[in-house]
Amino acid sequence: MTRNNLILLGLVLVLVVMPLLLPVTGGLAEPFSGADGQAQAAISDAHPDYRPWFEPLWEPPSGEIESLLFTLQAALGAGLLGFYLGLRRGQSRPSKRVNARDPAVRPVRTSADAPD
Amino acid sequence: MHIMEGFLPPLHAAAWTVVSVPFLVIGARRIARISREQPRAKLLLASAGAFAFVLSALKIPSVTGSCSHPTGTGLGAVLFGPSVMAVLGAIVLLFQALLLAHGGLTTLGANIFSMAIVGPWVAYGCFRLVRPLGVGVAVFFAAMLGNLATYLVTTGQLALAFPDPVSGFAGALTKFGGIFALTQIPLAVIEGLLTVVVVNLLVQYSRDDLDEVGFDRRAGLGLAREAVR
Repeated sequence: MTRNNLILLGLVLVLVVMPLLLPVTGGLAEPFSGADGQAQAAISDAHPDYRPWFEPLWEPPSGEIESLLFTLQAALGAGLLGFYLGLRRGQSRPSKRVNARDPAVRPVRTSADAPD
Repeated sequence: MHIMEGFLPPLHAAAWTVVSVPFLVIGARRIARISREQPRAKLLLASAGAFAFVLSALKIPSVTGSCSHPTGTGLGAVLFGPSVMAVLGAIVLLFQALLLAHGGLTTLGANIFSMAIVGPWVAYGCFRLVRPLGVGVAVFFAAMLGNLATYLVTTGQLALAFPDPVSGFAGALTKFGGIFALTQIPLAVIEGLLTVVVVNLLVQYSRDDLDEVGFDRRAGLGLAREAVR
């Protein structure tokens, strides 16, 4: 199972890195811009009279703050998911320490082992 | 797939909100029932939401030379059924609308409809259909097609609101589809693969929770375990 997961994660890595290596941005004014922003630009191009009728209540004051909040979003999610998987992994297999205390597992020393 | 704040005419914004509200109510009631009757599953439910949190924060480059992001809603849909994802996806979208100016409050209903309703329902239906080919395959196609469906809905929503002045609705569909759909294909595959990885980990470490929420039964995993015994 672990091996399968490593293969799957390897595939993900290939898919993420591939576009960066291929010459896909030739002729683009702004390589790797967001698709959401492109859709917004397409609306403004085709409908120049359209004025957005509502503004965001708050905008991150700079790109740095925006990346901070995006990182926070990912970190919160990854943290919780990692906590959950770690917790259940810990619960699913008894720890070695518990085993060591179990007389059925620990080799019993008898007086026969003791040197005379 | 985020439609930006103010970028849907008021009538469209209101209509999508009205369509989404019943799904949110049903989802909230389902979540309340899960936490009442299956308290053990609460942490798994939170983790499904956490997965959507991570994935929708990751803007990933695509072969079209632009960037987009996965949605992460397929995982919760196959584990719990699609209704809970309306609420979990809405929380993600609200976070991004309020703190990142990504999406918006007026477009929240439309964005919830694409990402937190249609995506999860397509994922769930696809999981049921493809299940005979194997759990991993079914999870992969569920998450992948759920992701694509989300972006197709966004495309349709924008084309309805902004038909092309010359070529009309069909022309706008092609235009917005060109921006979203092609970009999204590799990202949908990435989302499918990552969702399979998480389900593999859950099967390995969290069998009791999967049993509790009925995924074991739906996926036929319980039978496999019996057979091994």
